Amino acid sequence: MVSLMNCTIVSAEQEIFSGKVTMVVAAGSEGDLGILPGHAPLLTGIKAGPVRLKLEDQTEEIFFASGGYLEVQPSGVIVLADTAIRADDIDEAEAKETQERARKLMDEQANEIDFARAESMVAESLGQQRTLEELRKRRR
Amino acid sequence: MAAGREIKKKIGSIQNTKKVTSAMQMVAASKMRRTQQRMHAARPYAHRLRQIIGHLASARPEYTHQYMTDPEEVKRISYIVISTDKGQCGGLNANLFRALLKDINQWQQQSVQADLAILGNKAITFFRSVGGNVKAAIPDIGELPEIEPLIGGLKVVFDEFVDNTVQRVDLVSNTFVNSMTQRPHVRQLLPLSKSDDLQTTHSWDYIYEPEASVLIEGLVQRYIESQVYQAVIENVACEQSARMIAMKNATDNAAAMIDDLNLLYNNVRQASITQEIAEIVGGAAAI
Repeated sequence: MVSLMNCTIVSAEQEIFSGKVTMVVAAGSEGDLGILPGHAPLLTGIKAGPVRLKLEDQTEEIFFASGGYLEVQPSGVIVLADTAIRADDIDEAEAKETQERARKLMDEQANEIDFARAESMVAESLGQQRTLEELRKRRR
Repeated sequence: MAAGREIKKKIGSIQNTKKVTSAMQMVAASKMRRTQQRMHAARPYAHRLRQIIGHLASARPEYTHQYMTDPEEVKRISYIVISTDKGQCGGLNANLFRALLKDINQWQQQSVQADLAILGNKAITFFRSVGGNVKAAIPDIGELPEIEPLIGGLKVVFDEFVDNTVQRVDLVSNTFVNSMTQRPHVRQLLPLSKSDDLQTTHSWDYIYEPEASVLIEGLVQRYIESQVYQAVIENVACEQSARMIAMKNATDNAAAMIDDLNLLYNNVRQASITQEIAEIVGGAAAI
């Protein structure tokens, strides 16, 4: 008998996943973290990156979250993402392009606000690429 | 036939009214779909965030945010009232204001003063005539509200909570049950209320990553924004469905009135014809 916990991933636009899982792996603000059932209550920020769920039947689902919060309670895990999409829906070409554009913006801009925005764009596209790599690893 | 002409005129004007109301009904129906979708889409996030905040309030966190302190005694209470911009939506606003005034009355009996921060043109005109201690008024929410201007206008309310001028902030808005039913709702926004879905009796705390203060600060800010935003878009969805129902009723009533008036017109016309014939026959008989 595998122990299970509830997991919900919501973004500001939708509830993208809700169900029983055996493990959650997310990109925490202080580094990647894996959560198994029975984990102590935890509150953490998450960075742009993959959120991997191991389901009851040992299959995996991968999502991309662009930052937000993650809460662990005895009752389950809640991922509050700013935006979240299924990893399959990421447009790789677009992610790369965004990254390049953002990097260029960073080079040009002395302005602090634009710089911060460009920085977060780079972080987001990097997170998307990491998510895609994860996805490819699973497929192999 | 003077009476007949008057009735015809009346039928004409009611027909025009009917055209207007049925057009408004159709506009509201199409807007209703969009606003409902938006509301449903944003609901899970607001709901989960409220859960987490509830957990946080029942924990014994190492860092206590100003919004978390539960005052021993409430002396002053602030209401954030969300209304519609336009009328023509049945009793939606009236019901909301009634629920609010009842709540204010209850607090007043315990000699608690009430402040108001109001959103939407309808509430502004209402409280201008009724009176009330209005601290902030934000007109013209529009159909696609943005969160920043709303929160910016409400800053005064949260500041007053922080410096302890008010000890409680309530959010007053309509909740959407379905297209036929909208319910006025007064619920506590600050201080953060504990959730009841946790059965733990011992005191516990989260593990925080990174620091508790940074995390809680961000979460609480997001909580306020999402609660206010959710209430606003929910109210917009309520407005559109209430308007659709109200305009449907108005259209139906206009149709019934036109039928009645048509009947009356025919009666009058028949009566005048009968009278004319009687006069002719009478005249002929006299000769």
